[in-house]
Amino acid sequence: MVKLDVGEIWDLLNTIPDPEVPAISIVELGVVRDVRISDNVVEVDITPTYSGCPALKNMEDQVRAKLLLAGMTPKIRTIYKPAWTTDWMSEGTKEKLRVYGIAPPEKVSFENLHPFANNDKGPVACPFCRSFDTILTSRFGSTACKALHFCNSCCQPFEQFKCH
Amino acid sequence: MMTELNTALIEYCLRIADNSLIHAQRIADWTGHGPILEEDIAMSNVSLDLIGQARGFYTYASQLEGNGKSEDFYAFHRGERDFRNRLMVEQPDLKDFGFTMMKLFFNGCFDYLIFRDLMKSNDETISGLASKSIKEVTYHVRHAGDWVVRLGDGTEESHQRIQKSLNELWPFTNELFEQNEVDELLIHNGAAFNKKELKAEWEAMVNEIITKATLIIPSDSTYFYSGGINGVHSEHLGFLLAEMQYLPRMYPDAIW
Repeated sequence: MVKLDVGEIWDLLNTIPDPEVPAISIVELGVVRDVRISDNVVEVDITPTYSGCPALKNMEDQVRAKLLLAGMTPKIRTIYKPAWTTDWMSEGTKEKLRVYGIAPPEKVSFENLHPFANNDKGPVACPFCRSFDTILTSRFGSTACKALHFCNSCCQPFEQFKCH
Repeated sequence: MMTELNTALIEYCLRIADNSLIHAQRIADWTGHGPILEEDIAMSNVSLDLIGQARGFYTYASQLEGNGKSEDFYAFHRGERDFRNRLMVEQPDLKDFGFTMMKLFFNGCFDYLIFRDLMKSNDETISGLASKSIKEVTYHVRHAGDWVVRLGDGTEESHQRIQKSLNELWPFTNELFEQNEVDELLIHNGAAFNKKELKAEWEAMVNEIITKATLIIPSDSTYFYSGGINGVHSEHLGFLLAEMQYLPRMYPDAIW
């Protein structure tokens, strides 16, 4: 079997979809932090999005399976620092989320780091009609990483990837 | 051989983990019982965050102990005298939504401050876990704080009920700042920080929201609960553990 180099392994991992938001890969999500190769062992550092994210185990299993199928020996390490942030998503990734129907996260501001800081950046743009005439209906959504909004313009509820 | 510092680090991690786990188990009681669907989902989310935080600290404690204990051992195979959580978090939640929000708010403000300090711990793992946890806690405080204001400054009934919750919870707040020789050793080594120094800042955070909520902090509190740090708990913890630990104790080979 042909040995893969680091770049090719990144490409391989980039084909694994986020189990909860399959429009983007776990690499685009920012969960894969580092890839190292020594002999036939591939060490992959991954970091959880949220501490209790139930999808992390699934992501680990998928990384392991992909590497085994490629004939490599996987070694997966969970790291916590630096803490995952939505700022690691590229503009292209954010656009994929929007097309998928999820409003992308805004840039994390310094104010967000204090609970009482005024973090009101105004309404989030609706991913369907792009109107700003929207309201936050719930801070918590169907997964740990999303909040619920409603668009008054097109009368659709929508999810936003929380700014984290 | 286990050093004194290692033993202290394990104890310290178990305190944080126990606190998050027991709080999470209480909040999870709301799953399927939330006053509205959105809050039902919110409570499950908050609980999940806290369980995740507990797992991180349990896993680190098990690495430090180095005897093959798993995170599940700490959660499911210890008795109430072994748990180091604060008494406030074990108090039953499923009686009043405002009580849950007030409890989440008091604890969250404290956890925000302690994690902010622990991000500067010279222990890399603790600092990493703190930098992860603080983001989630910040979000919880924002959510709980909004509800405290909404209920306190809401109708006559919501005001009375959340004031009653505040009065019931206040005697548990002193325990937030309790520390002993474990803390002293870790403070001396740069792994942890003085909790007593957080009190003024915690009170300022709490006062800001309590004032907005038109609520009053009881001035005649003379008695404060204590004991979690030594594993001495209220009667509620035993019942909670009996329910939480039943399955893995009854079926030790069960996997999930």
